[in-house]
Amino acid sequence: MNIVVTVKQTFDTEAKIVLDGKGSIDGSGVNLVINPYDEFAIEEALKLKEKFGGDVTVVSVGGERVTEAIRTALAMGCDKAVRIDDPALANADEWAVAEILAKAVSKLPCDIILSGRIAVDDGSSQVAVRLADALGVPSVSSILKLDIEGDAATVTREIDGGTELIEVKLPAVFTAQKGLNEPRLPSMKGIMGAKKKEIAVLSLADVGVGAGDVTAKMGVPKFSLPSPRKGGKVIPGEAPDAARELAKLLREEAKVI
Amino acid sequence: MNFELTEDHIMMRKMVRDFAEAEAAPGTEERDEKEEFPMELWKKCGELGLAGVTFPEEYDGVGADYISYAITVEELSRVDAALGVTISAHSSLCANPIYMFGTEEQKKKYLPPLATGEKMGAFGLTEAMAGSDASGTRTTAVRDGDEYVINGTKLFITNAYYADTYVITAQMDKSKGNRGIAAFILEKGTPGFSFGKKEKKMGIRASATYELVFENVRIPAENLLGQEGQGFKIAMTTLDYGRIGIASQALGIAQGAYEQALKYAKERVQFGKPISELQVIQFKLADMALAIEAARLLVYQAAFIASEHKVPVSKYAAMAKVFAAETANKVATQAVQVLGGYGYTRDYPVERMMRDAKITEIYEGTSEIQRVVIAANILKD
Repeated sequence: MNIVVTVKQTFDTEAKIVLDGKGSIDGSGVNLVINPYDEFAIEEALKLKEKFGGDVTVVSVGGERVTEAIRTALAMGCDKAVRIDDPALANADEWAVAEILAKAVSKLPCDIILSGRIAVDDGSSQVAVRLADALGVPSVSSILKLDIEGDAATVTREIDGGTELIEVKLPAVFTAQKGLNEPRLPSMKGIMGAKKKEIAVLSLADVGVGAGDVTAKMGVPKFSLPSPRKGGKVIPGEAPDAARELAKLLREEAKVI
Repeated sequence: MNFELTEDHIMMRKMVRDFAEAEAAPGTEERDEKEEFPMELWKKCGELGLAGVTFPEEYDGVGADYISYAITVEELSRVDAALGVTISAHSSLCANPIYMFGTEEQKKKYLPPLATGEKMGAFGLTEAMAGSDASGTRTTAVRDGDEYVINGTKLFITNAYYADTYVITAQMDKSKGNRGIAAFILEKGTPGFSFGKKEKKMGIRASATYELVFENVRIPAENLLGQEGQGFKIAMTTLDYGRIGIASQALGIAQGAYEQALKYAKERVQFGKPISELQVIQFKLADMALAIEAARLLVYQAAFIASEHKVPVSKYAAMAKVFAAETANKVATQAVQVLGGYGYTRDYPVERMMRDAKITEIYEGTSEIQRVVIAANILKD
C-alpha cells in the first residue's frame, strides 16, 4: 500500500506573530514546525505502512526551509519526499497549491492520501479537499479512525456533536483530526537515517505545470492582529459590597447577566 | 571554527526535549519523593535510541557523535537528573568500556542489547576504601582454571539492582597496586553476586544506588575485559569519557534551574512590579545565563574532542565536568534564592534541582580530583 502525506510547514504554535508596516507577517527568527495536524496524518500513514507494507511519500510545497519539516517526517519513518519549489509560487493560493499537488501526486503510485484537517497558520482547510477534487477521488475530512480492507476504507469522522461512519473506495483523501492517533517521536536512528533518504526538489515545469496555469485566484492584501486585551478591573472593598458591585457591573456594563 | 549545531543535533535536541517534557517531567517530583526508579522511562529511552547514542550501527547503536550524546543527557537532566544519570552511567560506564576495550566476541555479545536498551549497564569501581584513590581496591579476583573467582563489595553503584550487565574492577596482585587491578564483565544472576543496601541519597533520589556484593562469584575467563593488570587504565579511561556525561547532566540541571528562575522572576510581583525588573534579580539571571553558556561551550568542546580523537579527552572532559558541576550548584542555589520561600518548598522543582546538583561535584571524580587531572595534564606539557 503506497501512501502520500501532504505536509505543510507552519509557525510553532507558541510563536509570537509580528506584522511589518505593510500588514505582512514577519517570519524571520520564528521557529517553524510541521503543522501539528499533519503529524497525525504522518503517524496514520506510518501505521498503515507497518500493517500493509509499501512506501510513504511526503509531498510539500515551499522553499528551502520546508526541508526541516520534511526531514522530521523522514526521521519519523516516511520513506521519501517531494518538495515543489518555484519562484512562481510566492503568492500561491489554496487552489494553486492543490492544483500543483494534484499534478505531483498523480505521478506517484498511491492508494491513500493523508493530510491534516487544517493548517494552524491560515486555517483554511481547503488544500486537501481541493486536491481530492482535482484528482477526482473521494475525500473524508476530520477523521478519527481509519480501517482499510482491500480497496475499501471504513472511516469514523467527527461531526458536530457526534461521529459519522463512512465507507469509501480507495484511492481517497483523508484529513486527520486530533484524536486519530498519538504521533511518534523520531528516534535517534530515524534522525540519523533521515538525511540518507531522498528529497526530490521539483519545479513547476518538472511536475508539468506552466507558471501561468496556477496564477492565484485570491490575494491577501493585509493581515491584522487582534486588538490587545484590555486590563481587568479590580473591585475594591469588603466582599459583600464588592460582590454587589460586581453583579451590578456584570448586568449593566458587561450585560452578561 | 564552527559553533553551529548540525541539523541532526537540532532535531535530536527537539526530540529528547519533547520526550522529556511529555513523558518524564510530569512524574519527576513524585519519583524523587518516593525514590522510585524510572524503569518505564528507561524502556522508552531505549526505544528512541537514547541508550546507545555513540555506539556504531554494527552493534545496534545509533552511530552518532558525542555531541549528540551530550545533548541527550543534558535534555533529560533538564527535567529529571536521575533519568539523565541512568542513561549516562549505562552508556559511558558500562557500554563504553566494553566498546573501547572489549574483544570482538565481547562486543558482539554485550553491546547490541545494551545499545538498544534491552539490557541496562552499570559500573563497579568505588569501594569503602577506594574512592578517589582506586589503589585501595579490596575486591579480589583469583584465576582458577577457566574461571576467575571474585570476592568483595562495591559501594555507591549507579543503576545497580536494575542493571543486567556490570563492568567491575578487582585486585589481582596487591603488591602491584594500581597495576594489579583487572576489569571484568559480570552478569546479574551469576551465583554469589547479590546487592547490598540501597543508599538513601540527598538528590537524584530516583536513581538507583546499591552495594554490589561478591561471594565466590565465578565468572568465565573470557569475561576479563582487556588484560590482567589493565583494570586501572580501563577505569580511568572510562571515567575520562564518562565525565562528559556527568558534565552534560550538570549542564542540564543548570539549564532547568535557570529556566525556572527566569519564569518565576517574570511572574512574581513585589514592590508593584515583576521582580525581573529589579536589578538585583537581573544580575542573578545574567550570571546564571553567563555561566551556563560558558559551561555549554566547555561540555560541547569536550564532546567534540571525544568524537574527533585528535587529542586526548582527559583534560577537556575534566574541565567541562568541574565547570559544569560548579555551575549547576551555583545556578540551582541562586534559583532557589530567586524563588525565595517558594523555592525552598517541594512545591517548586528548584529545591530538587539544588539537591540533584550537588552529586555532580562528587561522582565520577570529585571537583578536587578534576583539578588534579587538569593540573597533571598541564604540568606534563
